[in-house]
Amino acid sequence: MSKVQDYPSRLGDNSSRKFETFSYLPAMNDKQIRQQVQYIVDQGYNPGVEHTEVENAMENYWYMWKLPLFGETDVDTILAECKECHDANPDNHVRLIGYDNYAQSQGASMVIYRGKGFK
Amino acid sequence: MAKKGYDAGVKEYRDTYWMPEYEPKDTDILACFKITPQPGVPREEVAAAVAAESSTGTWTTVWTDLLTDLDHYKGRAYRIEDVPGSDDAIYAFIAYPIDLFEEGSIVNVLTSLVGNVFGFKALRALRLEDIRFPIAYVMTCGGPPNGIQVERDKMNKYGRPMLGCTIKPKLGLSAKNYGRACYEGLRGGLDFTKDDENVNSQPFMRWRDRFGFVQDAIERAERETGERKGHYLNVTAPTPEEMYKRAEYAKELGTPIIMHDFFTAGFTANTGLANWCRDNGLLLHIHRAMHAVVDRNPNHGIHFRVLAKCLRLSGGDHMHSGTVVGKLEGDRESTLGWIDCMRDSFIKEDRSRGIFFDQDFGSMPGMLPVASGGIHVWHMPALVNIFGDDSVLQFGGGTLGHPWGNAAGAAANRVAVEACVEARNAGKDLEKESKEILTSAAKHSPELKIAMETWKEIKFEFDTVDKLDIVHK
Repeated sequence: MSKVQDYPSRLGDNSSRKFETFSYLPAMNDKQIRQQVQYIVDQGYNPGVEHTEVENAMENYWYMWKLPLFGETDVDTILAECKECHDANPDNHVRLIGYDNYAQSQGASMVIYRGKGFK
Repeated sequence: MAKKGYDAGVKEYRDTYWMPEYEPKDTDILACFKITPQPGVPREEVAAAVAAESSTGTWTTVWTDLLTDLDHYKGRAYRIEDVPGSDDAIYAFIAYPIDLFEEGSIVNVLTSLVGNVFGFKALRALRLEDIRFPIAYVMTCGGPPNGIQVERDKMNKYGRPMLGCTIKPKLGLSAKNYGRACYEGLRGGLDFTKDDENVNSQPFMRWRDRFGFVQDAIERAERETGERKGHYLNVTAPTPEEMYKRAEYAKELGTPIIMHDFFTAGFTANTGLANWCRDNGLLLHIHRAMHAVVDRNPNHGIHFRVLAKCLRLSGGDHMHSGTVVGKLEGDRESTLGWIDCMRDSFIKEDRSRGIFFDQDFGSMPGMLPVASGGIHVWHMPALVNIFGDDSVLQFGGGTLGHPWGNAAGAAANRVAVEACVEARNAGKDLEKESKEILTSAAKHSPELKIAMETWKEIKFEFDTVDKLDIVHK
């Protein structure tokens, strides 16, 4: 049996803070991100970009970046919008929402650019 | 009135209750029973007997029958089919006028449909396979207090199944040690931990102490992980008064979700608690102890899909559904059928999934099916594939049994579920490529790697007892 390891999450360490779906995986590479964005498009979800300071990530509402990209199905356009948001707010988490109009809920929500201090 | 006077005596049931020409109305409650008659009893007679005994009839004619319009109130057997693979059983389809039932009362519906008739001597066995609740009746029921969409918004969980864990040992921990086990699981990445069903308020751990320590665990894990957390605080109690007392205290603590055992406590208690949860904004997790006593025998009892529909109408936000792959009984196609009954707005008749009727739930919210019982990280790809995002995957031993403890066990499951969702979204076949998906995720997660080594060979390969009826000869 292997030696028991400690689970290294700490109240005093901001990088222990998670940000829901996919935050337990390593940051995705460009190809992986494109696949996830393509999935959001394929489900018929409306993409929307949001961002916030890492310490406020648990709150219900993040800053909405412009308006949701209603009906946008071009992955490059969606990613360009995420990048523009990131460039303007380089320290913040930037996430992409997939609004599911039929479930009246978010079908997907994933951080595309991790905020300052998060790998 | 067709006939003059009152004839005392015994009439054959089929004279009154067998009506093959009847067209069921949109407002009728429809039921499909699997009937195994005693030898020599004609099938029309036995189907009519079930219709009679579960609605207006009794064994003999009574003069008071003539004081009412029995044609308005009686149940009607309107169709009989062979049961595939059986020589003696039949499916009998019975239509009940909606006026036979009190509005919003699952208690009343079940007292009629699965009352005395189940002990009827002319039957060797009887099983209620399915019920179609007309939308007119559905609209009189409260249903799930919150529903899937509200729960996702409150808990901030999107685009993936939620993860839970039942705390073990089932019985015997003190409140503070119990809270420790919860905290470890939650800080490792679970969304929920859960009271085991038989944890109520025993001498070793009274409910008030448990609630307090567990809420502390939730709040600290939230501060630590930055994610929303919950624990199903079991408010199942000996009396409704005691149940509400516990629920009130849970609300006072600000906890997001409580739990109830609907079958041992009964539909009256459950419907009341669901209404309370709707009024007070708490989520309601439903456990199903005792269900297998009535739903596992393929010839006698009540099919689980019926219990699932009844519970949805009575009210619950989560309901245990079986896992298909774990230690507890559950045929795959059948399970897919009843999880549709839990979640969807409209479920089409589909005999290949055991669904006998179209069922329209209108805008009644859905419930999250909870897959729990003998599952571990190797099952994750199959579970994500079977249950999809709108589910709670619940690993008890599969979290707490991790060699490094609960937090590591929780992290292993969280990494695995996210890796499976990522792979599915990227177009991979989860069940065919399960090993690569998990192995690749384990490269970045020592917790997952150890979990995979620990549970590599554990399988539960027993044949299902309650299978769908299919021709096998």
